[in-house]
Amino acid sequence: MSALDETLEVRDGVDRETVETVQSMAGKYKHGWETDVEMIFAPKGLNEDIVRLISDKNKEPEWMTEWRLAAFRRWQQMEEPDWAMLNIPPIDYQDQYYYAKPASMVEKPKSLDEVDPKLLATYAKLGIPLEEQKILAGVEGAEDAPRQVAVDAVFDSVSLGTTFKDELLKAGVIFCSISEAIREHPELVKKYLGTVVPVSDNYFATLNSAVFTDGSFVYIPEGVRCPMELSTYFRINAENTGQFERTLIVAEKGSHVSYLEGCTAPQRDTTQLHAAVVEIVILEDAEVKYSTVQNWYPGDEDGKGGIYNFVTKRADCRGDRAKVMWTQVETGSAITWKYPSCILRGDDSSGEFYSVAITNNMQQADTGTKMVHLGKRTRSRIVSKGISAGKAQNTYRGLVSMHPKAAESRNYTQCDSLLIGSECGAHAIPYIEVRNGTSRIEHEATTSKVDDDQLFYCRQRGMDEEEAVALVVNGFCREVLQALPMEFAMEAQALVAISLEGSVG
Amino acid sequence: MTTASAVSPRAARFAARLKDTEAHLSSVTLPASAAWLMRAREAAMERLKGMGMPEKRDEYWRYTDPARFVSSAPTPAEVFVADDEPVMFGGIERLSLVFVDGVFSPEQSDKIEGEGLEIERLSEAGEADIHWAKDLYGTLEAKAQNPVPRPLAALNTATATDGVLIRVTGRVSRPVSLVYLRSDANAEMVLHHVVRVEEGGEVTLLENGPGAARVSTVLEADLADRATLHHVRAMGRDHQRAGCTHIFARQGAESHFRSFTLSVNGAMVRNEMVVWLEGEGGVVHLAGAAMGDGDFHNDDTIFVTHTAPACESRQVYKKVLYHGAVGVFQGKILVEQSAQLTDGYQKSQALLMDESGQFLAKPELEIHADDVKCSHGSTSGELDEDHLFYLRARGVPEDDAKRLLVTAFLGESLDEIEDHDLANDIRLRLAGWLERHGE
Repeated sequence: MSALDETLEVRDGVDRETVETVQSMAGKYKHGWETDVEMIFAPKGLNEDIVRLISDKNKEPEWMTEWRLAAFRRWQQMEEPDWAMLNIPPIDYQDQYYYAKPASMVEKPKSLDEVDPKLLATYAKLGIPLEEQKILAGVEGAEDAPRQVAVDAVFDSVSLGTTFKDELLKAGVIFCSISEAIREHPELVKKYLGTVVPVSDNYFATLNSAVFTDGSFVYIPEGVRCPMELSTYFRINAENTGQFERTLIVAEKGSHVSYLEGCTAPQRDTTQLHAAVVEIVILEDAEVKYSTVQNWYPGDEDGKGGIYNFVTKRADCRGDRAKVMWTQVETGSAITWKYPSCILRGDDSSGEFYSVAITNNMQQADTGTKMVHLGKRTRSRIVSKGISAGKAQNTYRGLVSMHPKAAESRNYTQCDSLLIGSECGAHAIPYIEVRNGTSRIEHEATTSKVDDDQLFYCRQRGMDEEEAVALVVNGFCREVLQALPMEFAMEAQALVAISLEGSVG
Repeated sequence: MTTASAVSPRAARFAARLKDTEAHLSSVTLPASAAWLMRAREAAMERLKGMGMPEKRDEYWRYTDPARFVSSAPTPAEVFVADDEPVMFGGIERLSLVFVDGVFSPEQSDKIEGEGLEIERLSEAGEADIHWAKDLYGTLEAKAQNPVPRPLAALNTATATDGVLIRVTGRVSRPVSLVYLRSDANAEMVLHHVVRVEEGGEVTLLENGPGAARVSTVLEADLADRATLHHVRAMGRDHQRAGCTHIFARQGAESHFRSFTLSVNGAMVRNEMVVWLEGEGGVVHLAGAAMGDGDFHNDDTIFVTHTAPACESRQVYKKVLYHGAVGVFQGKILVEQSAQLTDGYQKSQALLMDESGQFLAKPELEIHADDVKCSHGSTSGELDEDHLFYLRARGVPEDDAKRLLVTAFLGESLDEIEDHDLANDIRLRLAGWLERHGE
């Protein structure tokens, strides 16, 4: 562990403990265990038969199989993108399992009680009280309980079970695995799948379209405020398995939902592939809040192993006054390639993006957002905080585009980077495209160690140095962390805030 | 599945580009030159053949279509007669060298000599194989081909018909003024200048005028320790012309380089600046003011690399855009691991005077050192209603109020010009332009 390496130079204003804690986050990966569950794998490699097999295993209708095959054929014509500021070792797409399923799931359990206890233990370790929630779900008047969270857990390729289902159904909310949705609600899936992220959108999204194994589906009917927060937990367990999940969220007119997503994977020497797609459709006056804490295994200090995380997330604000808010805390993965985006199509619609990305050791992250302003008076806000330590490279890449018809639209972007140690890098690559003169954009980016001006400001007002540093570092991530729902704030703080805040003052 | 032996589409596209470039260059002949210069030209030609000509799909040309710079002949551009203003830099005691349509005009130029400097024309330089510019001509251009290829600069190195070679050994009181006039609607100007400022030397270089229907200039500036170079440029008022310029500057310890560009009108202008801060305590300030009305495309592409510690770089670019004019800013600050204590700043702002204006920007930071202070800001928007209201409430007529606010907006970039007389001359042009175009 290099965290206590004496050669590490600690700069003014950054407490040694801060440096160590940040460094230790990658090294002491707390979710790095593996559950010994018997798995059923499809053969390694990728071809049309595998695509058919995945479709068949999920008992999908013909149109879905064809949809996947079309995506696969398209993917074969495509090239891996090379524009990101990432050093990606060649990926052998034939050396991956595209389908892995716990053996005990061959016959779908009738209830969570029939689920392999080892799987449930896995989730207990992850801190999701599935069982407890299951019990809660059966209790009269459970809807009065404060801050319930419905959870859909995805283990390698297969959705394990969704809690609170009945509760949600009463409100008219559909929350189930995407494979179930394809079977049970084909008309909804057919109507929306691939409409936000088209099949041929990009290399990894196309790959996902061909081989996605499971994921979550959420449908909030008109005027419904989802009675609880929805949550998905993804875990890659088996070795050499790629996880390709697909999430589709549809918020009808005037509805509201808050969705949480968390991810972990065991510690391994070999790298693993993760290529997910999230599509969100938001109609008039609806509001979706999507929060992610991404904590895939980042690899060891020498960059061995870890998850390659290539994710396409996009929200389409189709109706007027639609609203979307992305919040992400990215601490894991060896490579992160992720740009949750907002298409602001409806007039007066708005998009927000709050991000904290921490990279350490040999981690690389190229992440940011796209705000595409199409409608009139659309508004967007981007707050990105990057913290880079060890030998990591952390890049913010964002696009703000004001189309000619996006009159009187506004954007505000703030992206700040904090460097800890002299061997890491922090970069900002914003694209600003204003094609309507009545729109206004403001972009600011800073890169520094703890800002001297801010310290000076605090010092001038009578704080001692330690208090001042505490305040400044405290403030660095807070704007983003505060945007997280309560349930995730705890985990995110464990990952980010405590490590930074607890170390000073 | 694609087989391993198949060429990837990316590789195939690149091969096709090299083939096109080869064909494009087959008709190009290198100007007769002294042996050392010919070697530099041939090397540049080889570089160019290895990278190919730029294409619209290149990331580096994302916002500006290179077609007009790549075509074998320039798009004809009407000559604009600007006789309603005093001669640019006319009130300043200077050494004036005049090029008409890219051809040196001895009649209109001063005698090529000056105190504290050696100066001569590229086309007359060194029949002998020994020349101080031998190790410089094309060198900085070649260095700048990494990480992003700049083929148009290599093409200039290979084919420049003339230029000025200046070696500064002391403090030069009289600015060197390069004046680019034009008389022909189809002419092309390709000039390549080299400036070497020796330790402790100081010089001011002025450039002005539209030059030709299509202009390509390269300025390679090599600044020794504690050397100073001031550069002020006004690109002329011709509307239809196209221009692509490159400035490459390498700076030694505690050297100072300031460059300001005024760009009004012009259908297609791309100004690239590449600066390396290689000695401790170097300072570079780059600034530009651009104003366009209607058919105007102005692109500032800046790349500042901090290699040495404790250097300061500053970029201030302002654009005022009327009636569908397009402003582009691509700026980058690269701080290498060795460049601790860097102070890097970059500001790009556009004022869109009506709804059809466009501002396209990519302000980048790439930081590999931790004890640095780097920031950039980029804004785009209309005139502030509150400001306008404030002035109107105090009895200022609307047009005057707008002009006042635009002038104030541009003012920050003019502050980067140290010399007051030069700054005033630029200010006069801005005022004149606003008088003519400011609604």
